[in-house]
Amino acid sequence: MFNQNQFSTTQTLPKAPTGITGLDDITGGGIPKGRPTLICGEAGSGKTLFSVEFIIRGAMEFNEPGVFMSFEEKAEELAMNVTSLGFDLQQLQAEKKIRIDHVHIERSEIEETGEYDLDGLFIRLGYAIDSIGAKRVVLDTIENLFSGLSNPSILRAELRRLFQWLKEKGVTAIITGEKGDGTLTRQGLEEYVSDCVILLDHRVSNQISTRRLRIVKYRGTLHGTNEYPFLIDEEGISVLPITALKLNKEVSSERISSGIPQLDDMLGGQGFFCGSSILVSGTAGTGKTSIASYFANETCKRGDKCIYFAFEESPSQIMRNMLSIGLDLQKYVDSGLLHFRASRPTLNGLEMHLLAIHKEIKKLKPQVVILDPITNLVTVGSVSEVKSMLIRLIDFLQEEQITVMFTALTLNTVVNEQTDEGVSSLVDAWMLVRDIEFNGERNRGLYMMKSRGMRHSNQVREFVINDKGLDLINVYLGPDGVLTGSARETHQMNEETGKVIYNHGLSRKDREIERKRKALEAKIATLQSEFESAEEELNRMYVEEELVKAVAEKTRREMTKMRGGNDTEI
Amino acid sequence: MSFQNQDPQTNGQSDNEEPVHYQLKLFVTGASPNSLRAIINTKEFCEHYLKNQYDLEIIDVYQQPLIAQAEQIIALPMLIKKFPLPVRRLIGDMSDTKKVLKGLELENAG
Repeated sequence: MFNQNQFSTTQTLPKAPTGITGLDDITGGGIPKGRPTLICGEAGSGKTLFSVEFIIRGAMEFNEPGVFMSFEEKAEELAMNVTSLGFDLQQLQAEKKIRIDHVHIERSEIEETGEYDLDGLFIRLGYAIDSIGAKRVVLDTIENLFSGLSNPSILRAELRRLFQWLKEKGVTAIITGEKGDGTLTRQGLEEYVSDCVILLDHRVSNQISTRRLRIVKYRGTLHGTNEYPFLIDEEGISVLPITALKLNKEVSSERISSGIPQLDDMLGGQGFFCGSSILVSGTAGTGKTSIASYFANETCKRGDKCIYFAFEESPSQIMRNMLSIGLDLQKYVDSGLLHFRASRPTLNGLEMHLLAIHKEIKKLKPQVVILDPITNLVTVGSVSEVKSMLIRLIDFLQEEQITVMFTALTLNTVVNEQTDEGVSSLVDAWMLVRDIEFNGERNRGLYMMKSRGMRHSNQVREFVINDKGLDLINVYLGPDGVLTGSARETHQMNEETGKVIYNHGLSRKDREIERKRKALEAKIATLQSEFESAEEELNRMYVEEELVKAVAEKTRREMTKMRGGNDTEI
Repeated sequence: MSFQNQDPQTNGQSDNEEPVHYQLKLFVTGASPNSLRAIINTKEFCEHYLKNQYDLEIIDVYQQPLIAQAEQIIALPMLIKKFPLPVRRLIGDMSDTKKVLKGLELENAG
């Protein structure tokens, strides 16, 4: 508790960045500035390279000149060793950014005749530091003094003095030491260097070697305590932080198409979330690679970059196979949008694969990454190792907002069994392709096991691969259950026939009605004409009556006139 | 003529088995106790065993730090026997005379 309080109130330790990819992340900024750091490990674990890189990167990237005091290799040998990493040591020496001093001790040439001290070393080192204003010092491997000089008590006292002196000089120092039996270094250097100790390790399991790094102690600062795998390649050392400590990455609600419109429909009509992780699992031959290739194709069609890590097939094999379902990936490879990275899983350990993937992604900055299939990685590690690797990969990809699609082979057809290296809980979307054996044939069924944060179909779709490409068809749900393949087609045909017959029946009835209507209409016309003639007859009689009436009136008037012209009567 | 003059001299030297002339360099650091002891011990030793057949140069490495790298100096004080070959290096304050004799390959003389 006291320590914690102290930690929060006092200023944190000043650190010198090493420039080694990843190491500064684990250490929270580098190794303690102005103090010695011990790097220990077995022969061939990369101590010298580590320290050389510290010096070179310091000189090149952080403008901190450095002195490299080598007790093993000569300056020319060192220069040659790092040339392969693309560093020009001669040039840096000429520019006074680096000074290399090779200390040669040959026991047979030396006779010890009494009390002595290591002032010579102090003077040499002091002169080298002052001559270029060095801020960094490497002593590789100072333990060699013990083989050259026979008085260990003097040496121990002198080393203690040396480290104290280095601290006073304010240089950030790396001291390397070979791992001893039960101790970190043969001569117990860890006793003298108490600020920061880094242990390098080179382990071989299942004939596959993995380099690891662990910070044994780092006083006064937070640091990652795990073993971190690291890689030595043509760009030097890269250390991979296994897991980001926090889960606080940004998320995107942008959507990207899967390349199969019907699949997008199943995912709420828009496809996957950008930056999500998608798992396609299924038994052998269910078309996982085809789905992945469609996704890659769609990505490139949009003009985005995609890296396809193939662990099973060679790129040309994939391209040839995809051509058979109407997918031309070659043109995107040519235009630099699609990158294939094929390697045998057994090429190197899981960590190396992960690092290689990291580096490729960092270099090419793709929007989509495909790993096909992750199941093959199990050949080089246990399931839990693969899982931990994939967790880290997903972590990293999500941080970079890269969408990733894994394919995984399930050996078991039991759906709810978590056979997918345990990543099914990690991924955002899980698509399952499985065989449906029915009616003497094998068909593929596809469904979404999960898809976080979006409405998605709960329906099984029949997944058809033909020479035109991939297609998802609604399966037929009949009284006999789910029908796929030819059973579905038969059923659909039956239905079609029924429809035709039904339609036929319908039209016959229609005609009947039409005929009836016509007959009725004819009848109506006859009645109408009858009515008309009756009306006419009646009208005629009425007119005649009127005429008769008028004539009678006229006659009566005339009669009255003739009788005497007496109008009053009217 | 001059060649002839030189030849008998060299021949004469080897024939008479005249003792070789030792070239010694003693590296010290200022006036540290070890250095002072080493200087005294070396001088005594040379006077005793190599009288009139040695050159002793005493160098303060503090004054010439460059020489430390050139001469591969780690431990001090150090006495280097430059001649006769092979080159030998003796470190320490030269208090152990036996070891100094062994280092300078003068065991027979002792």
